[in-house]
Amino acid sequence: MRKGVFTGMRKLRTLSRHVKEGFKSLGRNGWMSFASISAVTVTLLLVGVFLLLLLNINAIASQIEDDVEIRVYLDKTTDENGQQQIEKELTGIDRVSDVRFVPKDEGLKELIDSLGDEGEVFASLENENPLPDAFAVKTVKPQDTPVVAKKIEGIDNVNKVEYGKGTVEKLFKVTDTSRNVGLILIVGLLFTAMFLIANTIKITIVSRGKEIEIMKLVGATNGFIRWPFFVEGFLLGVLGSLVPIGLLILAYQFIYEAVSVDLKTVFIQLLPVYPLMFQLAGLLVVIGAFIGVWGSLTSVRKFLKV
Amino acid sequence: MIEMIDVWKTYPNGVMALNGIDVHIEKGEFVYVVGPSGAGKSTFIKCMYRQEKPTKGNIIINGKSLTKLKERRIPYLRRQIGIVFQDFKLLPKLTVYENVAFALEVIEESPKVIRKLVMETLELVGLKNKARFLPDELSGGEQQRVSIARSIVNKPHVVIADEPTGNLDPETAWGIMEVLEEISNRGTTVVMATHNKEIVNTIKRRVIAIDGGRIVRDEKRGVYGYEETPDPVSPR
Repeated sequence: MRKGVFTGMRKLRTLSRHVKEGFKSLGRNGWMSFASISAVTVTLLLVGVFLLLLLNINAIASQIEDDVEIRVYLDKTTDENGQQQIEKELTGIDRVSDVRFVPKDEGLKELIDSLGDEGEVFASLENENPLPDAFAVKTVKPQDTPVVAKKIEGIDNVNKVEYGKGTVEKLFKVTDTSRNVGLILIVGLLFTAMFLIANTIKITIVSRGKEIEIMKLVGATNGFIRWPFFVEGFLLGVLGSLVPIGLLILAYQFIYEAVSVDLKTVFIQLLPVYPLMFQLAGLLVVIGAFIGVWGSLTSVRKFLKV
Repeated sequence: MIEMIDVWKTYPNGVMALNGIDVHIEKGEFVYVVGPSGAGKSTFIKCMYRQEKPTKGNIIINGKSLTKLKERRIPYLRRQIGIVFQDFKLLPKLTVYENVAFALEVIEESPKVIRKLVMETLELVGLKNKARFLPDELSGGEQQRVSIARSIVNKPHVVIADEPTGNLDPETAWGIMEVLEEISNRGTTVVMATHNKEIVNTIKRRVIAIDGGRIVRDEKRGVYGYEETPDPVSPR
């Protein structure tokens, strides 16, 4: 037991030495550290900007997609029984998430409202409603709309199925492409970031290759040498992520406030500042730390073979 | 203590540095390794602390075979061996004290023990009052003393010195030899590769002469013997 406590203390002491060494090393290699941190800062700023763009494009696309619904018009002769029958069949279809009954009066009102001033022309029709009763159907994923619509067409007593055929497919194409392009940009950017940062860190470590060699010759284990570099890489990454996080929060808040009023008129919203900013900050810190550690450790590895 | 059995080393570029070395060094011995440049001295020395791995043959240090030594056990071998280099190999950004202490930090010694051992060792090499200096602020001889202090601070069984006086002027070199003799007198095995004829001929110890990757001469109280016509005595 005593021995266990003893080695435990020894490990703790060594660990604190490694952390101290990591910090010291940042200072000793002042300009190199600065260069590495700057590289992290610049790339994470880019990553952050594109990330926010991607997330918002995704959110807006989802908002637009969520407006897509299938309108199922019934035969005018359908009685209450048939109507219930249809509702049952609609809910039974795979991938359908919501079925809402729209009586013809409500349908007309919606139509008039959606047409604005011109709608008043139809106001006179209120007594002689030409519209049939209908169901509004939503799918689990908006992209399922065309398939589900096709299935609905097969149901008895259904007169007409509408979902903006053609337009909706085009919309999905646009939203999907913008999502994919954003994703590719982010991934590409992350790779560039890793490469750039790892390279900068590599240069700072190459200049210390001799030190590492000496450590090995004195009998230091690989782990003993790696730990301070781990700490150092971690610090480089985390320090490098602070400026981008601050800038992005300020900028996003500003943009959000400036734009949100205008966007409301077209029923679109940016993602709210919080919790998005917490998530962004967390993500950037993690990415920074990961890239820093990764760059640092891969660079050291080369020199450990003495 | 140190044993080499039919050791061969061929570098990947085809250079045959060692061609069948057999040698036995007892505990506490002081051994010079001499020979012309490119004869295989350095490879011979480097094989002992496993900076180079023999292509064939076995090396036994302190009863442990290096052939079977796993890559990750190498550091533990090196902790039993103090190494002194021609170019000192001090960490430039650490003070004299920190450089010597580093050999003890590596083995996770407690700060108290480290302080005591480092100061003792610095006193032994005569640098107690320069503990806070950086290597750059010292003369070559002083730097080599720091390097020696680092090599012996964790009390290794063997000290291996690869031309420790190679970069020093003659007078300083004698000072270094005094320190190495002192270490030897304390019972530590010392293996020293050297080009310094005067030292070898004055402080008479065992001499192992290497040429063409073979031991061409091995004498208990030998001489440098490269200006006289080399008269190869059969090994032992």
